[in-house]
Amino acid sequence: MTAEAAVKYVTETPEEEVKRVSAWINTEEYKEKNFARQALVINPPHACQPLGAELAAHGFEGTLPFVHGSQGCASYYRSTFNRHFREPAPAVSDSMTEDGAVFGGQNNLHEALENAYTIYKPKMMAVFTSCMPEVIGDDLTAFIKNARNKGIVPQDYPLPYANTPSFNGSHVHGYDSMLLSILQTLTEGKKIEGRCTGKLNLIPGFDCNTGNYREYKRILKEFGIPYTLLADISDTFDSPLDGTYRPYPGGTKLEDAADSINGKATLTVAPFASAKTFAWIKDSYSGVHASLPTPFGVAKTDALLLKLSELFGKPVPESLKAERGNAVDAMTDAHQYIHGKKFALYGDPDYLLGYVSFLLEMGARPHHILCSKGTKKVEKEIQALLDASPDGKGCKIYMGKDLWHMRSLLMTDPVDAMIGDTHGKFAARDANIPLFRFGFPVFDRVNLHRAPLIGYQGAINMLTTICNKFIEVVDETCEDRKFEMMR
Amino acid sequence: MSGAPVKKVAGITKESTQAMIDHAMEIYPDKAKKKRAPHLAPNEGEGACVKSNRKTIPGIMSARGCAYAGAKGVVWGPIRDMVHVSHGPVGCGWYSWGTRRNLVTGINGVTQFAMQFTSDFQEKDIVYGGDKKLKTLLNEAHELFPLAKGISVLSECPVGLIGDDINSVAKTASKELDLPVIPCNCEGFRGVSQSLGHHISNDTIRDHIIGTREFAEPESPYDIALIGDYNIGGDVWSVKPLLEEIGLNVKAVWTGDGELEKIAATHKVKLNLIHCYRSMNYMCRVMEEKYGIPWLEFNFFGPTKIRESLRKIAEYFDDNIKEKVEAAIAKYDPIMQAVIDEYRPRLEGKKVMLYVGGLRPRHTVNAYADLGMTVVGSGYEFAHGDDYERTSVEMPEATVIYDDASEHELEQFVDELRPDLVGSGIKEKYLFQKMGIPFRQMHSWDYSGPYHAYNGFPIFARDVDMAVNSPTWKLVKAPF
Repeated sequence: MTAEAAVKYVTETPEEEVKRVSAWINTEEYKEKNFARQALVINPPHACQPLGAELAAHGFEGTLPFVHGSQGCASYYRSTFNRHFREPAPAVSDSMTEDGAVFGGQNNLHEALENAYTIYKPKMMAVFTSCMPEVIGDDLTAFIKNARNKGIVPQDYPLPYANTPSFNGSHVHGYDSMLLSILQTLTEGKKIEGRCTGKLNLIPGFDCNTGNYREYKRILKEFGIPYTLLADISDTFDSPLDGTYRPYPGGTKLEDAADSINGKATLTVAPFASAKTFAWIKDSYSGVHASLPTPFGVAKTDALLLKLSELFGKPVPESLKAERGNAVDAMTDAHQYIHGKKFALYGDPDYLLGYVSFLLEMGARPHHILCSKGTKKVEKEIQALLDASPDGKGCKIYMGKDLWHMRSLLMTDPVDAMIGDTHGKFAARDANIPLFRFGFPVFDRVNLHRAPLIGYQGAINMLTTICNKFIEVVDETCEDRKFEMMR
Repeated sequence: MSGAPVKKVAGITKESTQAMIDHAMEIYPDKAKKKRAPHLAPNEGEGACVKSNRKTIPGIMSARGCAYAGAKGVVWGPIRDMVHVSHGPVGCGWYSWGTRRNLVTGINGVTQFAMQFTSDFQEKDIVYGGDKKLKTLLNEAHELFPLAKGISVLSECPVGLIGDDINSVAKTASKELDLPVIPCNCEGFRGVSQSLGHHISNDTIRDHIIGTREFAEPESPYDIALIGDYNIGGDVWSVKPLLEEIGLNVKAVWTGDGELEKIAATHKVKLNLIHCYRSMNYMCRVMEEKYGIPWLEFNFFGPTKIRESLRKIAEYFDDNIKEKVEAAIAKYDPIMQAVIDEYRPRLEGKKVMLYVGGLRPRHTVNAYADLGMTVVGSGYEFAHGDDYERTSVEMPEATVIYDDASEHELEQFVDELRPDLVGSGIKEKYLFQKMGIPFRQMHSWDYSGPYHAYNGFPIFARDVDMAVNSPTWKLVKAPF
């Protein structure tokens, strides 16, 4: 063969070939190949542990999230929150590089603690790890003890730390680990025999809807129940624009968090995003402990109110009873626009369970339910919801699958709409269905995180968004002669 | 029309700038102060006045990314017809999924692959290594995306730490699949910023791609490549038609809306036109040394620089091109003047501060000047000395130059200089907006664009005006 014959030219893919493959990726045959994947993950909706850890850290007063690892990681987490909330998200890293891989990350950690402590004056730094220190096996316990002994931070300075390896679990697990460490650190030695704060500790879990936090607080206020949210990101990620930048605009007060161990009751409304934390609380906290699903829809909100009433011996306030009636009224008024509609869902376990029960309450069908990172227990709980409703028949759960699997499902077994986060927009576009951005993150719409999804008000918000979109689609696509005044 | 930027700013002297720098650093521990001091300086008008490309100081809130970010986000990611595998745990690929706005042509999942492909490392992959998984997933990618022209394997931190050999897996797979499979050892812990990721990626293009294809059509003296335009908000789609209008054949784009095989055949062009010097000068030098292709830096921000650049480009060609360049300038000048007439009165005398990456801290200075605005502070996340040399001549005397600025430093400088606009990134945006300072994201064009070339300038001008003169700023202070 001559050298010339070996020349490879730039080629264009023939138009027929493009057409063929475009059609092929929508087929049952492709779906089978797609579902047979063993190694390649395509468009997974979940992120890694440290992202969740950073969210937990932002939920406490004066707290600086601190990434032990490569600096690029910190930039990625920060910009994710910046984009979703359209708010600042200050955090530091100790910028480990090659020499960290050889000598370990202690020097970086100590230098960073000194600098961040001096410059950003946090009341607490919450340390969590990205890949590098996890792979090389840094001993955080020893490093932090040494930092105190060297006087880099005061002996009693709160410095919770969590191992949050990215090659295990998801952002939800990192949230849980960081929250646990923060609570362990702050409550250490604070348990007082016989003391009761009289307060409810409420754990909202990995939730990036600031409106939800405000809604929890409003409900508790209506009840007249004093509370401590663990952890409260609402003011951190929904802070006023008034000409002053505040690096720590919100968060649960550290003393309230410390005293939470003497609470009257502790309630998690995110059993999957706070599993480890709640297990520890059950062993460590005074008072009663309860776990409820995230209150999406009427039944789960009812359960929350009943539980609050039971825990604090107070009747459900008239105002909330009226709200319930308003929600049921809104649902009834709107049911005809959503009844029987099929949905595809994906998201974190606590949210997914919420979507499923809300849709079933509306007579809609959660047809494809996809959870990219979740346990058998998650699957069982979703299945139980499906089994309890006639509309759950034929609905299927896909555990450990990604949004490229979802695309195959949408193309081979179509639905009317999808509920998830911004990442589903390509699949939704290909399937020509609306995507409701109730999950995290939302990068392409404004202010959605301010509208609550939980409680009766949240149910009204969700169904209003969904039903009006369906009506809008009719208006936008119908023939002229069917375009009418009323819908 | 318009003209050169202001060279002297009232109230800014070498002393005032140095005092501002000293004040900002007061809070630092001694060691940090010593390390940061050489990275902050008043502009000297020539040469690099600051140190750069050094390690970030731990615990300083830096905006920098990592080598992986430079490889995935900048160089490889925009190549549209390849599957780019983020090799390692799930996060890195997730964070860099669609977050740079390098727009692409084609059908998603069929002919373009702007998606998140990952090997999603689990504990067992860390313990036993990920090479086997990589081999399997390369086969799966080829089967599910048969029209992909190649696959890049972009290493995340753990891969280099556990001693995986992605190079050998890629080599075998490339043979078996008869497809370019490019290993890129761009672990995030390498180097001091995203800059090394650009360099490593350039090197992998050199080692695996360049020279492996040739253009099927006959060569022409007007064949050029557009280098270092990443098609943010459609920039390439504004630049390419202009270069074609002046008679050039844009044979390949590196790498915005890029096509692998055209990149592979770039050694056959007659001139490389480079926009982002920082991220792609390496391959321009390689092509110059190995294939004798000259390269030229140009600037397509704002009519003054576009005009200047077009004429510089014309110098490389015959009268045919020179005439077309003059015709284009004559055609667009009045259109640009109309844009300036509309916006300049609303922006005249306004001050801007920039903190970005790549080329923008210097390349956009004159575009603001076209609108009557003055840049009073500029700096880069990941620049080198040669970037700062190129910056000092663009910036007014004694204005502050900052390298790898910390959030604290930027906040202090902005607080003191009170610019009318800050152009920086997403991590800075909301901080400055809370301070009541108008802001535009200058990495992503704040979800707008294009900003390059004649089609971009009117959009740039509109966006700057919109940010500076939004009536919402008048509401910041409550009347009570």
